[in-house]
Amino acid sequence: MKFRAKTEEISNIEQLIRVCGSIGKMTQLCVLRISEQNMFFILNDKVVHGGVWCQMNPDNFFEEYRMEGLSEESNEIYLEVSPDEIVQALKTGTYAAKTLKVKLTKKSSPCLTFEIELPSQSGRIQTFIHDVPVNVLPKRLWSDYKEPLVPQFDISVAMPPLKSLKSVTERLKNLGSYMELSANHNGDMRMRVETEQATVSVNFKDLEIVHVDNGSSQSQPQNRMMGRFYGAKVDIKNLLMFLSGQLVNPSRIICNIMENRAIHCFLIQEDVSIQYCMPVINN
Amino acid sequence: MTLSTQQRDQDSQYVLIAKLDNVRNVSTILKAIHSKDREIATVFASENGLKVTVETAKCIQANAFLQSEVFQEYRLKENNISFQINLTILMECLNIFGSNTAGGAAPALKMCYGGYGTPLMLLLEELGVVTDCSIKTLEPDETLDFNFCSANVVNKIIMKSECLTDAFQELDMTSEVLEILMSPDKPYLRLSTFGHCGTTFSDFPKESDMVESFQCTTTQTNRYKLSLIKPSVKALSVSSKVSMRTDHRGFLSLQYMIRNEDGQVCFVEYYCAPDEEAEDEDYD
Repeated sequence: MKFRAKTEEISNIEQLIRVCGSIGKMTQLCVLRISEQNMFFILNDKVVHGGVWCQMNPDNFFEEYRMEGLSEESNEIYLEVSPDEIVQALKTGTYAAKTLKVKLTKKSSPCLTFEIELPSQSGRIQTFIHDVPVNVLPKRLWSDYKEPLVPQFDISVAMPPLKSLKSVTERLKNLGSYMELSANHNGDMRMRVETEQATVSVNFKDLEIVHVDNGSSQSQPQNRMMGRFYGAKVDIKNLLMFLSGQLVNPSRIICNIMENRAIHCFLIQEDVSIQYCMPVINN
Repeated sequence: MTLSTQQRDQDSQYVLIAKLDNVRNVSTILKAIHSKDREIATVFASENGLKVTVETAKCIQANAFLQSEVFQEYRLKENNISFQINLTILMECLNIFGSNTAGGAAPALKMCYGGYGTPLMLLLEELGVVTDCSIKTLEPDETLDFNFCSANVVNKIIMKSECLTDAFQELDMTSEVLEILMSPDKPYLRLSTFGHCGTTFSDFPKESDMVESFQCTTTQTNRYKLSLIKPSVKALSVSSKVSMRTDHRGFLSLQYMIRNEDGQVCFVEYYCAPDEEAEDEDYD
């Protein structure tokens, strides 16, 4: 197995920090899957944190990218790694780094080695080396980290701007622990918190309804009543973690809802896409 | 039927309806009496407006007055409505769109109450986003009557709030009490604390520009529980003027004048009972 990547752009390093930072907000430990075309950060936890699937195109981050997987048929690498430790390693390179090299190395244990070159004041080049320990996953575990199947959702809605969404969610967290997130086909989205002492519901309107075409949905729209809300209950902390993890302003967030079964957020930024499957609370 | 037309049809069932274009005119005033350990507030509605009262330890009472002019619309069907409500939750709801006071579009508020046993309904709107809140109300408790009347006031000082704000923020919190001395002679007004690291005095000369009116007739020294009086600093920091009065029993009244974003003046008032029968330096 070999992996080696290199960039000379500070903006790439900064973008990497943002992506890893976002993932780090949601989980302490995740799987970094490296394939020829893509890099993925994957968290597969259905119960507590929810599932995260973050896809990046390495061409947008590295000028040089080379990898050699387990074998020719299974040309991939799966590493268990802490995203926060990657951020720590990369932070050396903010503002001034000349180059960043990432390698999969075998020291006393397998490591991702981050080699960052910084010009010093005297003009000489200093090289900083950070080893982030990783755990190489054997092939029999790979199947646990497959791309989540996107089920047939009842509704898909483009969420309101992140900023207002986040501040409202923060307030709702102070009122209760769980929120019912629902939307209807008129473009209304509702966030509702109900506790013994109060019921609060925030209603967004005129949102874009996203129509996902996947064959079987053709017959669906007719039997959907326009005003009916489809929703599910989630832990506000999980939603907030997802929202506050996004350090850059995403172009849009799509929220897919499957009544009482699943809430799936899909976030697209220029070069990264993050999917987050929130655990749904049933009562 | 949309949400707002539904609301209009239901208006007839409410005994109190108050509408406001800028929710911050209410939330700043309520914030001045809110603190985490005093969550339950009693709301009184009369034709003059709303009075919101919170009490701590049966010896401090804070009142916020929202006169009916503060609201763009204020309708009352019954006289003297009162109920109790969790102020922390009310504040969270009022600030659902963020509490930053710096400019920007402020959310509008409509507040409705249907009478005894019904929840308080709030409708907030900002940039097309509508929030409905329904907050449970509680049976109103009797509030304390401090029997503080202006005829019995012996000492009264009106000053700009900023000069007290600094003094209050720097109070030595290790002290159990705050001693307030008011006197027609030097040192006029003195705040003292008795903490672990020593005794601190802050004196305010009566000739200061900050003091607008000084009417002290008797030398009086009273002690008040510092932990109870400290939360009033919230009111102090948003107010422009403060009137400090004591009566012959040593009860303290602090009245804060708060100017809201529309230039209207609202009042917040704290009453505080003295901590103990101070060893009287009040020879009369």
